[in-house]
Amino acid sequence: MTMGLNKTNPKRSRRFALPAHSKSFLLYVVVGLVLLYGIIYPTAHVFIAALQHDGGWSPANFFAVLSQRAVIESAVTSIAVSVLTVLLCGLAGVPLAFLFERYAFPGRRLFAALAALPLVLPPLVGTVAFIFLCGESGILARTIQHAFHLTKAPWSLRGWGALLLFHTYTMYPFFYVLTGAGLQRVDAGLAEAARSLGASRARVLFRVTLPQLTPSLIAAALLTFMTSMASFSAPLMFGGNVRVLTLEIFSARQRGDASVALTETVLLSLISLIALLFFQRYEGTRRFVAAAMKGTTRRREQLKSGKARLLAAFAAIVFSVVLALPIVTLLLVSFSRDGSWTTQTLPPVYTVANFARLATDADARSVFVNSLLMAGIATLAALVWSFCVTALTATGKPSRWKRLVSVLVLLPWALPGTVVAVSIAEAYGQPNTLTGSFILVGTFWILPVVYFLRFMPLVVRAVQASIEQLDGALEEAAAVLGANWWRRFWRVRLPLVAPGALAGALLVFVIALGEYVASVIVFTPDNRPVSIAIASAMRDFNLGTAAAYGVILIAMIVIVMIVAGRLESRAR
Amino acid sequence: MTVSELRRQVSALQRLRMSLLSLNSISKRFGATTAVADVSIAVERGEFFGLLGPSGCGKTTTLRMIAGLELPDKGSVEFDGREITTLPSEQRGFGMVFQNYALFPHLNVFENVAFGLRARAKRGSSPTVREGVSINERVKQALELVQLPGFDTRRVDELSGGQQQRVAIARAIAIEPSLLLFDEPLSNLDVALREETRRELRSLVKRLNLTAVYVTHDQEEAFALCDRIAVMSEGLVQQVGAPRELYEHPANVIVAKFLGNNNLIRAMRLTSSNDPVASFKTLDGGHTLTVGATHEQLMNLPVNKPCWLAIRPETITINDKPSNDNQLAARIEHIEFGGATSMLMLNANGLKLEVLVLRASELAPGQECVAALPSEQIRLLPAD
Repeated sequence: MTMGLNKTNPKRSRRFALPAHSKSFLLYVVVGLVLLYGIIYPTAHVFIAALQHDGGWSPANFFAVLSQRAVIESAVTSIAVSVLTVLLCGLAGVPLAFLFERYAFPGRRLFAALAALPLVLPPLVGTVAFIFLCGESGILARTIQHAFHLTKAPWSLRGWGALLLFHTYTMYPFFYVLTGAGLQRVDAGLAEAARSLGASRARVLFRVTLPQLTPSLIAAALLTFMTSMASFSAPLMFGGNVRVLTLEIFSARQRGDASVALTETVLLSLISLIALLFFQRYEGTRRFVAAAMKGTTRRREQLKSGKARLLAAFAAIVFSVVLALPIVTLLLVSFSRDGSWTTQTLPPVYTVANFARLATDADARSVFVNSLLMAGIATLAALVWSFCVTALTATGKPSRWKRLVSVLVLLPWALPGTVVAVSIAEAYGQPNTLTGSFILVGTFWILPVVYFLRFMPLVVRAVQASIEQLDGALEEAAAVLGANWWRRFWRVRLPLVAPGALAGALLVFVIALGEYVASVIVFTPDNRPVSIAIASAMRDFNLGTAAAYGVILIAMIVIVMIVAGRLESRAR
Repeated sequence: MTVSELRRQVSALQRLRMSLLSLNSISKRFGATTAVADVSIAVERGEFFGLLGPSGCGKTTTLRMIAGLELPDKGSVEFDGREITTLPSEQRGFGMVFQNYALFPHLNVFENVAFGLRARAKRGSSPTVREGVSINERVKQALELVQLPGFDTRRVDELSGGQQQRVAIARAIAIEPSLLLFDEPLSNLDVALREETRRELRSLVKRLNLTAVYVTHDQEEAFALCDRIAVMSEGLVQQVGAPRELYEHPANVIVAKFLGNNNLIRAMRLTSSNDPVASFKTLDGGHTLTVGATHEQLMNLPVNKPCWLAIRPETITINDKPSNDNQLAARIEHIEFGGATSMLMLNANGLKLEVLVLRASELAPGQECVAALPSEQIRLLPAD
């Protein structure tokens, strides 16, 4: 598959070997430079800076900061929040997946369509919607307060309960989607074999089905844990006294306490990386290879008993409403006049003024242009980049260098957005040997760069997966038919990998569009993205405006998702 | 006539005399395993050449080295008098049909067949450009040759296995390849279709006067298709020859075992090499067998070491009228009914024999019988 790449012909070397070699050499240079500037240097810079004290090398500063109670406490809190989030999401997502993947009943499709909704909801928009719905002056609290004539709100959306509720709402889809996919892959023949050997339903579940699902469950737990460790918007908006690391890093930087911020950044990276290694290690011991793939695929079982059908349909409707409610609330609030909603159950005055203002106001428009532009730049760069990386790593014989490149490329994915933003801000905040007098911080380009670094692993993984699924004989057939390296790339690899790559790229575009965690650390007046505008509208209690921003953002995301679906189905 | 002209004519004549494709002691290792060890093969112009062997014998690796998809570690590949050992695949101008067809799923039938023509069109080396025939017509011709006219706009995943196979063949022959390579192309088809396609394939290749190298593990397929066959095992070429030659005169035990189910009998020579009729004593059962062998064969036999005798199941007769043949008393242990024929498993005093008979209706397991092993049908194989 790399025939054109690294074959030399002693007799014809001048004509053929040279371009082939310079091509892969150029690729190595490009990939190496991006990794050096984007990942190796910033990460190393943060670690080195955290270990320096009065201009000299000393862990003293690091340990001094570590010994502060607040720092250790926030680390422990972060881990505790993440572990609890994983447990709650598992408890919610796995049974739901079993119910909706295994059985057919009225209402199933409705829920299945909405189930992954929280995944595409930008976290900040989600928190805002949650505040409108469940906050102490939100719709639910006011409803109960007015119904029972209470003098104050029945609860406050603050602290552990609020945080975990929100995390469960936004992250349960990891478990739901991955368990569902796992259940579809599980060979139904195995369950049938176990039943024929006399195993009870419960035994089949615990001894056959669940063990086969372990890889899916571990993958879901990993995603949930990492997302929760990186979670920032929710702790910021209603974490209350739950001080997690991401939040502490942000406020330490706001205070100007650089040494604390750096140490905490290092701490957060280490925890994330250790968690990643731990989960992957565990996954390695639990991977099952299906002995034979010629199994029967499981059909959804029709629920027969009337009671069960009714119950399941009821559950489907309730869960669908729960899923849709925050977004419906956001939509409702987006039509309310700023400052009109105080103690009423629902906003009293409705208007389209919010949308009209966002459409006409130059400032508001520039916010959307910024987000679209920066997400677009980052996505395009990630797309090109992922083909460069996979051209090196996904073909030919595996080598140590290729493994190193793969690990470095995926590293930003393992690091919380806060860490990526802080390391770029620290590394490129003043002149240094690598960049000379060029300072990235404070320019428009810092956000596209941070978006690119944060999200490119998603595209690389998508492209990598597509290439791995590609039948190697196709490119060989093209070679035998006379197609050279470029032609094979353009006419065979690119069109076949395009659907997967495009799906990955559009996902990145959608996530980057509503990015907040990293944006809040490095944004400038020139590149204020939508998320920053939402946060400042919330701070000014312009609830209607904040909601309107959120609604437009969601609308853009939905459009992109529909386009992605169209492209994918056309490609197939 | 100038000297250079003369020289050119001489070299052209030499080229004609030489084999079209020759592999000169090529070897290939993958990590610790040797896939191909010192293989030398010569394929003549217009020949349908087979690489036959069990899976893992190195036949596919050999084919891939011919195609330029693998580089040999040692040795050289020559084609039409030119060394092409390291020439990139895309510059060899060969056609190849893959086991899983490797049709481009994103292109329709027409574009699949046109792929090679388009790839060549730019370089100007295409037969299309040369003869002024458009790609359109070339594709149409190729599809007609494989009996798929009018399939141009069909998606490849809409086609049946047999049709996909034909498209793969059309794609390979459309570029007018100087050599056609097949990597077990029929193994994904069902038996009936396989036999039909086999016949069409051979007549197509012969009609277009193409040279083909065909990899298969199916003896019957290789016999039906190929003019000559190289039997491979464990990375080595065991024997090269025409099908009948291989079948009737296997060079060694490996070939005898792989081609049909020869009865392999371990035996010691009793007579000296000067005797007109050689006698052997079987190690199992202790029977004395006379074998029609040449003086040279006997000369090459190591002294005081057992050797192998091979006899095909269909040449042994049961309860025939007495003759001069080797007659062994045996018991029928088992009868395997196989439709037109039946296979008898005999036990002659510890010597197990398989005998193929047309009718087994009068025979029954447990019955005693007499098996005759014609001495001219017994092959003498060198000890392994």
